[in-house]
Amino acid sequence: MNKQFDHAAALSFRLNDTTVSAAPYPGQRLSDLLREGLGSRDVKVGCDAGDCGACTVLLDGDPVCACLTPAHQVQGRRVETLAGLYESDAQAQALAQRFLDHGAAQCGICTPGMIVSAVALLRRDPSPADDDVKTALGGVLCRCTGYRKIIDAVINAPGTAQSGDGTVGSSVPHLDGMPKVTGAMAYGDDIAPQGCLEILVIRSPFARASFVLGDMDSLTDQPGVAAVLTAADIPGQNAFGVIPQFIDQPVFAEGKVRFRGEAVAAIVAEPAFLAAFDPKRFPVTWTELPASSDVTAAQQEGAPELHPGRTHNVMCGGFVSRGDPQTTLARAAVTVEGRFQSGFVEHGYIEPEAGFAEMTGGRLVLHACTQAPVMDLEGLAGILAMDRSEIRVVPTAVGGGFGSKLDLTVQPYLALGALKTGRPVRMRYSRTESMQSSTKRHPSDITLRIGADAQGRICGFDFHGTFDTGAYASWGPTVANRVPVHASGPYKVADYRAASKGVHTNNPPAGAFRGFGVPQSAIAQESLFDELAEKLGMDALEFRILNALENGAPTVCGQVFDQGVGIKPCLEALRPAWAAERAAAAAFNDSNGVRRRGVGVAGGWYGCGNTSLPNPSTIKSGIRADGTIVLHQGAVDIGQGSNTVITQIFAEALGVPVGAITRVGGDTDVTPDAGKTSASRQTYVSGNAARLSGEALRAQILEKINVGIDARLTIDGPEITAEDSAGLHTLSLAGLAADEDGFVLHACESYDPPTKPLDAQGQGAPYAQFGYAAHLAVVEVDTAMGTVTPVKFVAAHDVGKAINPMLVEGQVHGGIAQGLGMALMEEYLPGRTENLHDYLIPTIGDIPPIETIIIEEPDAHGPHGAKGLGEHVLIPTAPALLNAIKAATGVRHRQVPATPARVRTEILKAQP
Amino acid sequence: MSFYRPDHLSDALEIAAQGPGKIVAGGTDLYPSAKQGQRPEFYLDITAVQELRRVRFTQTGTHIGAGVTWSALVAADLPPAFDALKAAALEIGSVQIQNAGTVVGNLCNASPAADGVPALLALDAAVEILSTARGTRIVPLDRFITNVRQTDLAGDEIVTGIRIPPQPGNMRSAFEKLGSRRYLVISICMTAANIACDDQGCIEEARIAVGACSPVAQRLSTLEGRLIGQRPADIEVTPEDLAPLCPINDVRGSAAYRMDVVAEQVARAVRKAAVS
Repeated sequence: MNKQFDHAAALSFRLNDTTVSAAPYPGQRLSDLLREGLGSRDVKVGCDAGDCGACTVLLDGDPVCACLTPAHQVQGRRVETLAGLYESDAQAQALAQRFLDHGAAQCGICTPGMIVSAVALLRRDPSPADDDVKTALGGVLCRCTGYRKIIDAVINAPGTAQSGDGTVGSSVPHLDGMPKVTGAMAYGDDIAPQGCLEILVIRSPFARASFVLGDMDSLTDQPGVAAVLTAADIPGQNAFGVIPQFIDQPVFAEGKVRFRGEAVAAIVAEPAFLAAFDPKRFPVTWTELPASSDVTAAQQEGAPELHPGRTHNVMCGGFVSRGDPQTTLARAAVTVEGRFQSGFVEHGYIEPEAGFAEMTGGRLVLHACTQAPVMDLEGLAGILAMDRSEIRVVPTAVGGGFGSKLDLTVQPYLALGALKTGRPVRMRYSRTESMQSSTKRHPSDITLRIGADAQGRICGFDFHGTFDTGAYASWGPTVANRVPVHASGPYKVADYRAASKGVHTNNPPAGAFRGFGVPQSAIAQESLFDELAEKLGMDALEFRILNALENGAPTVCGQVFDQGVGIKPCLEALRPAWAAERAAAAAFNDSNGVRRRGVGVAGGWYGCGNTSLPNPSTIKSGIRADGTIVLHQGAVDIGQGSNTVITQIFAEALGVPVGAITRVGGDTDVTPDAGKTSASRQTYVSGNAARLSGEALRAQILEKINVGIDARLTIDGPEITAEDSAGLHTLSLAGLAADEDGFVLHACESYDPPTKPLDAQGQGAPYAQFGYAAHLAVVEVDTAMGTVTPVKFVAAHDVGKAINPMLVEGQVHGGIAQGLGMALMEEYLPGRTENLHDYLIPTIGDIPPIETIIIEEPDAHGPHGAKGLGEHVLIPTAPALLNAIKAATGVRHRQVPATPARVRTEILKAQP
Repeated sequence: MSFYRPDHLSDALEIAAQGPGKIVAGGTDLYPSAKQGQRPEFYLDITAVQELRRVRFTQTGTHIGAGVTWSALVAADLPPAFDALKAAALEIGSVQIQNAGTVVGNLCNASPAADGVPALLALDAAVEILSTARGTRIVPLDRFITNVRQTDLAGDEIVTGIRIPPQPGNMRSAFEKLGSRRYLVISICMTAANIACDDQGCIEEARIAVGACSPVAQRLSTLEGRLIGQRPADIEVTPEDLAPLCPINDVRGSAAYRMDVVAEQVARAVRKAAVS
């Protein structure tokens, strides 16, 4: 007889070591059944299309994507997930430990897919080669690690993590790593109770349109629908944004939409209703209007003005001027110039935006994956017209951010849904929804002219950059301001002019993405530096070393650092590889025809923290009567490692091992604001606040015990022991009064980087510190097909002080992977690449070996001399690759990504 | 709405006859193309029909059942003429996709960029179709896929397998794929070449098919004829050879680029097949 499964028909199968039964609805995905029917939230959903592999489970031992598996197919079979494997499989346990020992899990959202896939491989082949690992894990995307440490973990290479107290400078494993490798970590979509109300946002199918909403009551009255939300439901201001003067994006558009994917309404309903709801049934009438799809169209006379008062759609600009570039360019021995273009780049974190909200005691409690809990709270207070005290934001673990999770996404819908229904609500963006509506890297259109004198010194620099900031401002003004400050690169440029502007189009909002516009400007500057060196007949690396910024030399903003400028050591560190790799490439090319190898270098710098604006972090800490040391670590860890690094700095300052510290996260009810996770500021700014907090706590202890500053502290239960040359002294905590947090000793310290405003010419002190970097890339180009295969990177980074060298390497690897993607394959085209199979990010097979060279040129302001690192790592990558392609083929690419089609087209153009 | 997962082909055919429903095997194309709120009348899952899950060898050739996954195909003991098909299998998506997705599903999905189609064209494959109303139909693959996402499959029919005629013992085979990254990548273009050479190393039979350069993957029959008697190392691919192709511009590459590189790709595939 036919096996027919209707709604009520139950399945039976083995889930890990347990026989379970479940009644999936027809066509339900296994991923959904496991997560929502059976509580296996260790199965992560990143794309629902088999493109990311995060949901990988073993089905009768074979890895499959649970999101592509009809739940009914597992009848009578065995399904294994990470949590189950970790529970009972020795192989999985060993692998999990190796992931920790290599720092192979950063944000951790891909880790279940990676470990489950690797278990299947290792069961078959206990000692796989690199290529076997790549093939076995090729179906799982990671956006953080650059994959190399994952390969090392799977092949059981010697681990780099160090056990011990986690003193500054030691590679203690990620302190929050264990739940990431066991599947226990709770991300944005892992908090909500099963079966609670969900939210579906109705979005514009057009880049520009007017619209009229129809009869909402007809929808609201349907069974399963709890509420329909529109602009009319917003108690406060229907606007959000991240920069006070540019709060311009509506939560729900009113009457007109400015980009494809813009929200106009939302349905709050039971999951079953939404699963069956076709958005085409939503009562709205659209009238499509002509749209401006790029900055040229948007600035033309008669182009529709997206925001009243922003003439020609120019949002704002940035400007830095120093010396007299026109005169010096006129007398330069050689000049080069070019126009460089880049497109939208998608952040591509594997965790789509997700969260959960509920009303508790009249207050709104919101859990979401975010890089900026306090900014979220402030934004929601304005939208909801609620006092800050009525809102609590609890950041969940974040499955990658890279800048885009600084902006509000799911939060307003969740908040409005919880407020209007009074019931718990949840939502997770679909991958397409995430790609359509979240912010992107700004497309750039840059013209640059640079001169040099006969000795090779830079002699005039004139930069114009136009950035497509999309329909709303987001962090566009930050990009406009940052680019002119950074466009010189880390070099001595006495005569300089850099103007930038952000232009609105009917594209998705461009916002913050690792580097804030600097990766785009670095492509122009570092490409032309190679051309200058070539024209001068100079070595490209020595040309950079000659021009490298040094202590005591002014930046283009006239800022003079008398210490801490580390670009020259970075460049000099590349000399051996530069010689060896170019010789090897030449030998390769001598014996090959269509395949050509080339080597390229590029430098970069990045100012840590806000540009000439206050940027404080506050870190609270305390000791309870039972001796528990608590660190309120509000610097959100999005995989970059702040939970580990901030704790290391704090523990060192207090004088205890990291293992003695209990961390409390960025819950806005209990933890002070450590600022947003952006601009490579957490190690530097929050690290300093943590250092101050630890020092203040230590000072109190020393004072109470009355011992000298070099006493060794041991905190063991309700007693603190201090040991100095005079012997042992103890402080009993039991007798001390506890404050409202339960602390008998507590400290709360802030740090704000010392900066000075920029004047009208862009002169001032925009950052207290810069970090520096130089990359060398080796590529192989198949000149007949146009494919570019990177074969090696050497990356030198001045981090001031590597608080945790293993985590520094992790950042370098991940940044290079993103820079490689930007250089070679990534381009977001609205309406065309709105998923992870048309929009390509690098896979495990695309990232070559990376040699990381850590330079420690201490910075006077950084904790232990440390500098920021997060953004720096991808700035030199793309230009180093483009320079390597030029070296291999003789052809320069002025547009990224250099896809096979573009590379081949340029090669053909260059042929006689 | 129901989800059917019959154990027997006869039951599956009865259910199909009640169509239109959606036939499911690996789900690797079904779910990615699913639209919010849109569902079929019913799902017909054929993966429990054991007789469809086998690669069989008969006097009339090789039979790949409709439930055979790419991984199962790779594991099957097949002659060298199937090397391009196996190589294509290993390029389909990822291990996860290969473990779930089926060879027949790749044909029924009828994507112009289906990696399996050129290799099957080069094997002279035919599609075996069953229905309760009309019994068995055998349709050559080049007539089964009729256009982009369109096949010669009626609503009440099920593809039960692929029939591949016996291959010459000296037939060798290679597959070349061009994509913008290493794994999980939709092809810009791909070529399968099945080449048989005589004792002197000259080509005596050539079957060459190209995908992603036309609505449906195409055999290059002019080239196939022209190559007879040539040494693989000496071959050149001319624009006339590529006349069956009419690529489009899309996010992966322009039409001109595809025409440019596919000539090189075809030459590489032929040479690789000959030395394999």
